[in-house]
Amino acid sequence: MTEIQQDSDLISVTIDGQEVKVKSGEVLIDACEEAGVDIPRFCYHKRMSQVGMCRMCIVEVDTGRGPSLQPSCMMDVSEGMVIDTQSEEIKKIQDGVLEFLLINHPLDCPVCDKGGECPLQDQTMAYGPGETRFVEEKRHFEKPIPINDNVYLDRERCILCDRCTRFADEVVGDPLIQFIDRGNSTQVNTFPEDPFASYFSGNIVQLCPVGALTAKPYRFKARPWDLEEIESTYPNPLGDRIVVQSSRDQVLRLQGLDSEAVNWGWLSDKDRFSFEAFQSEYRLDNPLVRGGGLNKADKSGTGLVASSWAGAMSIITESLNGADPDRVAVIGGARLTNESQYAWAKLAKGIIGTDHVSADLGDDLQPHVLLGLPRATISEACQPNNTIVLLTPDLKEEYGTLFIRLRDAAKNLGVKIIELSPMRTALSADAAVSLHPLPGEIGNVVQAITTGDIPREIGGISGEDLSLAHSHLKDTNVFVIVSRSSMGQSEEPIIEALTSLQEVDNCRFLPLVRRANTMGALDMGMAPGLLPGRNTLSSGSSVFSDIWPNLPTESGANTKQILQKAADGDIDTLFLLGADPLTDFPDKALAKAALERTNTIISVDLFVTPSVYESDVVLPAASFLEADGSHTNVEGRITPIRQKITPPGTARPDWMIAAEISHRLGHDLGVDTPEDIWEELGSRSAVHGDLDYRKLDHLPDGHLITATGRIPFIPAEERIETRPVDSYAMRLILGRRMFDQGTVTQMSPSLTQLAEKSELRINQYDFERLGIIEGAQVEVSSGGASISISVKVDNRVRRSSALIYSNLEGADPRELLIEGAHSIDIRIDPTVKESA
Amino acid sequence: MSIPLITTSRWNIEDGHTLEGYLRTGGYQGLRRALEMTPAQVHEEVKKASLLGRGGAGFPAGIKWGFLPPDVWPRYLVVNGDESEPGTYKDRLLIERDPHQLIEGCVITCFALGLSQCFLYVRGEMAHGQERIASALNEAYEHGYVGRNILGTELSVDVVLHWGAGAYIVGEETALIESLEGNRGMPRLKPPYFPASIGLYGKPTIVNNVETLSNIPWIVEHGGDAFAKIGAEQSTGTRIFAVSGHVRNPGVFEVEFGTTTFRDLIMGDQYAGGIRDGNTIKAFIPGGASAPWFFEEHLDTPLEKTTVDNEGSMLGSGAVVVMDETTDIVKACHNVVRFFSRESCGKCTPCREGTNWLEKILDRILNGYGRPEDIDLLLDVCDNISPGISWPPKQTTICPLGPSAVSPIASALKRYRSEFDAYITSNTDTPVTVNGGPA
Repeated sequence: MTEIQQDSDLISVTIDGQEVKVKSGEVLIDACEEAGVDIPRFCYHKRMSQVGMCRMCIVEVDTGRGPSLQPSCMMDVSEGMVIDTQSEEIKKIQDGVLEFLLINHPLDCPVCDKGGECPLQDQTMAYGPGETRFVEEKRHFEKPIPINDNVYLDRERCILCDRCTRFADEVVGDPLIQFIDRGNSTQVNTFPEDPFASYFSGNIVQLCPVGALTAKPYRFKARPWDLEEIESTYPNPLGDRIVVQSSRDQVLRLQGLDSEAVNWGWLSDKDRFSFEAFQSEYRLDNPLVRGGGLNKADKSGTGLVASSWAGAMSIITESLNGADPDRVAVIGGARLTNESQYAWAKLAKGIIGTDHVSADLGDDLQPHVLLGLPRATISEACQPNNTIVLLTPDLKEEYGTLFIRLRDAAKNLGVKIIELSPMRTALSADAAVSLHPLPGEIGNVVQAITTGDIPREIGGISGEDLSLAHSHLKDTNVFVIVSRSSMGQSEEPIIEALTSLQEVDNCRFLPLVRRANTMGALDMGMAPGLLPGRNTLSSGSSVFSDIWPNLPTESGANTKQILQKAADGDIDTLFLLGADPLTDFPDKALAKAALERTNTIISVDLFVTPSVYESDVVLPAASFLEADGSHTNVEGRITPIRQKITPPGTARPDWMIAAEISHRLGHDLGVDTPEDIWEELGSRSAVHGDLDYRKLDHLPDGHLITATGRIPFIPAEERIETRPVDSYAMRLILGRRMFDQGTVTQMSPSLTQLAEKSELRINQYDFERLGIIEGAQVEVSSGGASISISVKVDNRVRRSSALIYSNLEGADPRELLIEGAHSIDIRIDPTVKESA
Repeated sequence: MSIPLITTSRWNIEDGHTLEGYLRTGGYQGLRRALEMTPAQVHEEVKKASLLGRGGAGFPAGIKWGFLPPDVWPRYLVVNGDESEPGTYKDRLLIERDPHQLIEGCVITCFALGLSQCFLYVRGEMAHGQERIASALNEAYEHGYVGRNILGTELSVDVVLHWGAGAYIVGEETALIESLEGNRGMPRLKPPYFPASIGLYGKPTIVNNVETLSNIPWIVEHGGDAFAKIGAEQSTGTRIFAVSGHVRNPGVFEVEFGTTTFRDLIMGDQYAGGIRDGNTIKAFIPGGASAPWFFEEHLDTPLEKTTVDNEGSMLGSGAVVVMDETTDIVKACHNVVRFFSRESCGKCTPCREGTNWLEKILDRILNGYGRPEDIDLLLDVCDNISPGISWPPKQTTICPLGPSAVSPIASALKRYRSEFDAYITSNTDTPVTVNGGPA
């Protein structure tokens, strides 16, 4: 799959009479393409294995033993090869294959979504015979059948190229669509009663070279020639590159863009189909204020009423004018572009003068971990014979395209994965070692693995397994991918693990974040004590003081501290920048108390979330489809986000809102376009210095920020003692699902039904031990709190631990969290029956 | 010259398929002899015998064995018992009537190639054969001819039986390997997937036909030279031919390879006994349904690989199908094409779509809806599957199944085009609609 160019030697071959130099070991079809000779193809795709099925790419190849007909997708170039792609015989074969493909293909191009962008149609125009000689009845199948909630399959249009089936099996490991029957009756289909339940099903629609696979959100919505498109970035932590396609100012489709560095053209369904959410009728399109019956602003009002920008702004300026900066705070900002983040950081820290600014929501790794460790890119980690240590949850759920890259690395590049996840994941089968330490014990387990000082058993892992993992760390490059895997485990054990891993020679890290542009937020100074360009408040104030006049001197509060202050009545004005602490902050009670006590809450958001609903002023912001800017992914890669459509109503880009507030406070923020920010920042940020914003669109892999070490990693000092689970308890894992109650999923009609209900998942063994019926309601308690939840058997969960996915409909597992505990033990009472 | 029966010697013995009957008639002597030799010596004997593969391609087995890369383990022996070429039924009888001979051949081959794992793939429909080979294998395991420390030596070989599901294409060696691995039986492209280098589970693999391996015990027992003395210079030993069709005495006959002619085989009293009802021969298929057809003038061609190849056909799987003067050539042609159309695995476009199209055109011609241009259309579709319609065929497909459907059409049209014309001209005014039926 990945062509690792070990040997960059060029060899010479003759293509259609021209001698050209091509890369040794390259696939013939690619070599020809690079030499400017286009060979038609249907089944070949460079990100998947070659099958040579469609026979369209047959060329005449002479390797010294006389010319022979060979599919150019299955042959590597070799020195002296003579290739003829244009001979009369080849032309006849290409015409013949096209005719064969067309004889049973319905000529419903006028009503086919693919018409206009269809390789079969295009190649028929280029090579085809023009008229049919087939007078027989065509092959018939039932017209489109749904193969899952979002994808339809029309088997009459299918040309059996094996792309979708290969993708499902090879790329994502969901072999739920297959060829069935034989010969002329061959068809692609799912197994009976077993839909193509894949998180990546949208990719097969993009891969299909004909209109056999169509996605519900796009079906019959547009013709390709009516679409306008722009290359952009999906604001998720990986910064997957996308193409945004729209017609009449409406986004109709997101396609994956093949970026070598990041997503290879793939997208998860959540991202691909989420464009619906940003155009939903529930989008905020005008400012709202807390008000009374007459649509007037009224602080004591119980609801939000429509207002104007002027009206909303006057409430904001009123609350900020003459305010004590220490009583103003900003939470959120990870949704924003880099430019908006800069604008808001400047407004908060440089104009208002508060350092209580934090993009984090208490569920991510701390800034010193995210910025302090020597960072690696995905491609650096995915090189042959490397070892990758995963301190992550199931990547398939949260970081879809990274999961695909790692799966490819393990399967095809010989990368050894040491997985240290709380439970079995989609990568476990391909990992060299897959271990599932009990929550809270990861530090002890990693210490044993890195030092080779192997106890008989620790954290639920046997000495034998630890030794095996240890052996894979020797004589290789070690890369660590880490995230806050489970909210049931505090951050300290992870920092302890990272401290041990730091000792491994040349070990490099790829810390993952939960929210889209958290990395950008840190680089733009949206964390207490930080200024843009990884300057600290103490070291960088001289750099910024001329343009950030009111810089505070003292380092401020993080999100938890801000909420604590607010709950104590010490915050008057709180900005929520796309943040929903009521849903996301682990301590729900604290978040609730904080929002209740704060005088003026100003939300800048796309939707009315629970926290927005509690706000006093709500400002509608533009989404990533509606504003220009850039995004920083977890690798530190900056890629462009490009406006494709206009924002709804009077919604505007976040940076513009910051500039407006600043203006009303009597300061010019100095930002009229996103580009201005880079001009202002260029001279002041050492890490961003060489970035040319105007060139960003022309860099296929974006701009990588490589500077590390400016913010040092703070190693763990104490060792956390191992804590056995008693036989009546189970250790709690809080996981995440791709589809949950999150706003984007809920606001996308195609995705909302994919979210499950909240369940407690335990191993068959524990299940039988407890003697419960599957689906029964049980009471789960920890500390003083308890929730009622139904039980499900899930053998991916190891014995003595229990998994609950967060943010699903039903019981909220945050109730079970205990402040300050490294891990949580829960007890299950199977005897409690719920009347409902 | 009278020749020894090498592979069919036990077919007329009631209990030849049991271990008792096999041992009584000299069974497992080849294995004992092999175990006294070195693996290289055994291999050398097989080379000396210049035993041609009996599956269809006729590649010398000894040379094929030599393609295994040295020092790559594990490696596997796969026995191709997926005999399904129409008209071919020799392997079935070898499995039913002399299963121990096959097992002995397998074990000797494993010894010669230094491998310990053999997979015996038997076609799904051969229920009787499956029972026989399974019970023979049980006996062989029980008495130490297969398994751990065979006959008290260091040699340990396991033979795994695998029942196919009855797809013709799985007789193609790479498709058979796919099927053994649990995948759809679809051929792999060679190169790069030559089984000897990338075979079963990606490991070096030798795939041999049942008849090929059934010759091994005799060769090892009597020496390669003795084997090479029988038959013609390049087609040595004996070979089993299955004669079917319009002959008096259809059946399976072991004949001296390379010297016997088609006339001997078809007309000879000791073999097929001539054409039925005193009719004359119209055409015959010399080597299974894939082979281009022969006609009366080819009767004196010897059953010798090179000669038959040069005449434009092949001995293939050793199935001779005879058609007498009463045969409707168009129907015969349709029959064979329909077989290939139904057995196409569906992988390559030209075969999947093309063979079916050919079948539909022939169907239409037979049903009286032929058009004059259909003959050229047939030939052009054939040309798009097998460019040039030459022999040996060029192919736009991975495996030769597609071109196999071309053979009968090309052969039939070459000699009996008038019969096609007759179907068409009698219906010239029948219009054809896009639905393929009458208007």
